[in-house]
Amino acid sequence: MTDTQWPVWEVFVQANPGIPHKHAGSVHAPDAEMALQNARDVYSRRSEGMNIWVVPANAITASSPEDQGSFFEPSNDKPYRHPTFYKIPEGVKYL
Amino acid sequence: MEDAKKLEAFEAKINSGVKIEPKDWMPEAYRKQLVRMMSQHAHSEIVGMLPEGNWITRAPNLRRKAILLAKVQDEGGHGLYLYSAAETLGVDRTELLEQLHTGKAKYSSIFNYPTLTWADIGAIGWLVDGAAIMNQTALARGSYGPYSRAMVRICKEESFHNRQGYEIMMQLAQGTPEQKAMAQDALNRWWWPAVMMLGPSDDNSPNSEQLMRWKVKMESNDAIRERFIDRTVPQAEFIGLTVPDKDLKFDEETGHYTHGKINWDEFFDVIKGNGPCNAKRLKDRIDADKNGKWVREAAVAYAAKRVKEKEIA
Repeated sequence: MTDTQWPVWEVFVQANPGIPHKHAGSVHAPDAEMALQNARDVYSRRSEGMNIWVVPANAITASSPEDQGSFFEPSNDKPYRHPTFYKIPEGVKYL
Repeated sequence: MEDAKKLEAFEAKINSGVKIEPKDWMPEAYRKQLVRMMSQHAHSEIVGMLPEGNWITRAPNLRRKAILLAKVQDEGGHGLYLYSAAETLGVDRTELLEQLHTGKAKYSSIFNYPTLTWADIGAIGWLVDGAAIMNQTALARGSYGPYSRAMVRICKEESFHNRQGYEIMMQLAQGTPEQKAMAQDALNRWWWPAVMMLGPSDDNSPNSEQLMRWKVKMESNDAIRERFIDRTVPQAEFIGLTVPDKDLKFDEETGHYTHGKINWDEFFDVIKGNGPCNAKRLKDRIDADKNGKWVREAAVAYAAKRVKEKEIA
């Protein structure tokens, strides 16, 4: 490891109040505070955000693409979770 | 056998317009080509800071200086987006920089030309960033998610670069005869390198078929070059400058310009390292890396100090 390889931080930016933070990219930094400053310089040079999270990349656990099918299976076979599953006679209102 | 199935699924995904993400299975050739392209692209962004940085202290006024500073800062940011995108494929950023510094990795041929006058800063924004935008809007539709997303972000920012460059040229072209001559001289020197930077002609560009099928490359070099010329020639005419190509003609039938012969010997010579500024650019890049070392060391020392302070408190 040489001197430019600091830990990777994933950057999440909230563009406006009331909406979720969205992944913008990543930065290298020796600590969280500097990661925040780097993220500001790299991902908000044109007022793209009002709040930034930085998260150590190795703290993120992700589901794996190979297991995509079986992992999401429990939801795929339950169409009755959607309102369109139910037939309501015409003329019935507010349902 | 297993790989053939995986390859089929991979190509089906690309055909249906789904992006490939870092942890997805991909053919080794796809991975290799993308690392090569993304790192070359990243290197071009940060080497591109050098010829322009050359004029920051000599910008003609405060407005121009602030704009140029912002542009050069953007290029650094673009380099970072691209190095990050390359890192998603498991390569190490230090290793990529090492390849740049030892001359093993290439960057865009265009940055090996000198910036002799202020008008060159206009010509770079207008022509070099203009050509880069043509290339990058195509790449934004590419199949690799992180690269494509970096391209979208970069294209948004490049449009300011393009316009500030044109504005510089326009102002010079409308100025004194000397200023106009300076603008014309910059166009004369940058036109052909800009036309060439979009890469060798299609019949001289190996591997294109597979790369197009995998949506690593979206359009041929010649197609992108044609669009660049079609859009840029009227922009030059509008401000009263002349594109330095005696054979340039608008073809009513095709609706495109036909251009004169491109000096590909020059292009390959510059790539090989024999351009006017290859050695200087590489030296400046290595110096920048060396001279920035103490800042990186200070950052690490500061981070360590903060940890200690927390432990005591």
